[in-house]
Amino acid sequence: MTENQKPLLEVKNLKTYFYTRDGIVKAVDGVDFQVKPGEVLGVVGESGCGKSVTSLSIMRLIKKPGKIMGGEVLFDGKNLLDLPEKRMVDVRGNDISIIFQQPQSSLNPVFNVGNQVSEVFRLHSNLKKNQIKKRTVGLFQQVGIPDADEKVRSYPHEMSGGQAQRVMIAMGLALDPKLLIADEPTTALDVTIQAQILDLMRALKDNQGTAMILITHDLGVIAEMADRVAVMYAGVIFEQTDVRTLFNKPLHPYTQGLLESIPALGEFKEYLTVIPGSVPSLIDLPPGCRFASRCGARTKYDLNICTEIEPTLNDLSPSHSVRCWLYQDYEGHQAILDVA
Amino acid sequence: MSEDSKANALVQVDHLKKYYPVRGGVLRQITAWVQAVDDVSFEIQPGETVGLVGESGCGKTTVGRTILNLIDPTDGEVFFESKNIYDLGKKELKQLRSEMQIIFQDPFASLDPRLSIADSIGQGLRIHKRGSRRERFEQVLDILNKVGLEEYHARRFPHEFSGGQRQRIGIARALALKPKFIVCDEPVSALDVSIQSQVLNLLRDLQKEFNLAYLFIAHNLSVVEHISNRVAVMYLGKIVEFATREELFREPLHPYTQALMSAVPVPNPDYERNRIILEGDVPSPLDPPSGCRFHPRCPSVMDHCKEREPEMKPHSSGSQVACWLYE
Repeated sequence: MTENQKPLLEVKNLKTYFYTRDGIVKAVDGVDFQVKPGEVLGVVGESGCGKSVTSLSIMRLIKKPGKIMGGEVLFDGKNLLDLPEKRMVDVRGNDISIIFQQPQSSLNPVFNVGNQVSEVFRLHSNLKKNQIKKRTVGLFQQVGIPDADEKVRSYPHEMSGGQAQRVMIAMGLALDPKLLIADEPTTALDVTIQAQILDLMRALKDNQGTAMILITHDLGVIAEMADRVAVMYAGVIFEQTDVRTLFNKPLHPYTQGLLESIPALGEFKEYLTVIPGSVPSLIDLPPGCRFASRCGARTKYDLNICTEIEPTLNDLSPSHSVRCWLYQDYEGHQAILDVA
Repeated sequence: MSEDSKANALVQVDHLKKYYPVRGGVLRQITAWVQAVDDVSFEIQPGETVGLVGESGCGKTTVGRTILNLIDPTDGEVFFESKNIYDLGKKELKQLRSEMQIIFQDPFASLDPRLSIADSIGQGLRIHKRGSRRERFEQVLDILNKVGLEEYHARRFPHEFSGGQRQRIGIARALALKPKFIVCDEPVSALDVSIQSQVLNLLRDLQKEFNLAYLFIAHNLSVVEHISNRVAVMYLGKIVEFATREELFREPLHPYTQALMSAVPVPNPDYERNRIILEGDVPSPLDPPSGCRFHPRCPSVMDHCKEREPEMKPHSSGSQVACWLYE
């Protein structure tokens, strides 16, 4: 991947809020990132950090009381947020498709799975009936479903979770999209099945060059699949860099804490490192950095600015950006740590 | 396992079986049996953690609940401090219940939304008539402190708490009667990573303070490795390998354990490994495969694996394994 390659997808200052009875939930509050052709961008974060809402916003699948408040989603140069809904329908499936966490509940229980996959062709192509059937069976084979001829006639309840997820992937791939958004695609699956699905996704990336946004809370999955990673927290990106740098030299205190708090196979330690406290409410965000109340570095360096002014996502190098006062100057505040 | 360690065991599980009937036809007759747990034996020493890992539907939760006598077994025995828990009268069973407790997976579903936290935690104390009202409340406050919550939380209700805090309340509930043994059924799998580590550390602290024994049921191998002294690996209702943590992760013997361990994504992008990708899905426990239940997916399958079922046998490493490769 070259540095100056034109991005396939560019998300700029995306904001999606939910208007609830309790107040405005700022689920996505100014998110910027790019996905280059053929690249896997991993988006990692804990529940409620806005990673799924980001992906739904890209597809314009946000329903009331949610609303995309601002920003741009540039796909191949055009802003998806400006398209009329009719044109957006063409984008979904043709250009970008999405697969979800719960394959069983994403499929319609009253139609057989072959029918649901071929629906994509009926809506989006001029193929004839027998061509559609052939393509559907072909897709089933491509995603590794055994006895594809037979299985197209199965109903969702007759399939295991792993197979249902393969069907979802087949549906996502039907029109050969340039970008596949996978929202926690293996979270509901057992580890041995997860390994199969990740293997399939890796093959897609290698053979077809499909770019992906892989959303997950599992740093292990990120390490195995992603080229670049965005770490999200409470609606914003905290750190963004290539996968090796993220795991070997994480800069944001939250990323560091997250990496240290997971037990790793074969590396026994009696006590795990802990990030104290919990995520702030997205309705009533504190001023300053969203992580300040849990941050060990803030107390260590006795920083006042963290609870007063919110830092920006700052490029420390062309490939590494961090949202943290430790690495940023401001009127009267000097960066504590020098990364260069 | 020597006879001596058996005699000292806090919990001893002997050839435990739990089959569920499947009814069908007009007369709702029993047409088949789901072999959820099929001949499982192990024991747990005081103050130790035994991990129980396996994929969904392997019977690990059923084992936990049957040991606590929350579900009747089909066959087999469970001894708690040498007493057969299935032979006890009502009174004795109630007494026993205060010594063995359970922590559930879903902290959102396992607390009564209409009970305040103090009432929820104190419920056991009330049922077992421990002390006066005032003393019980004092005890609840004490436990709240132990699990890292504040005294003012006592008057609040479950919906006011986050997932991690609710799990702490679940732990407090289990601790209230000062049990010797707690079944932890996927206690951290519904929690975020940063909260998961808080709860795992808490469980370890409490174990040290009260000399608790845990049966730690989980599907996440890294978590099980972190918390357990010994680990049992289950597949389709059977234990296929039982070993100390060090042995199991140094040299997994059973091909299923090996595949399970190689499938866990490692949070290190530079890590190279021989990944064993198992083919196919876990078969239905309704109609388990003949012979060794793992044989249709086993990369090292041999002819007689399809016909004869291997038994748990001690291996030279000190582990126990049920696999024809080692016999």
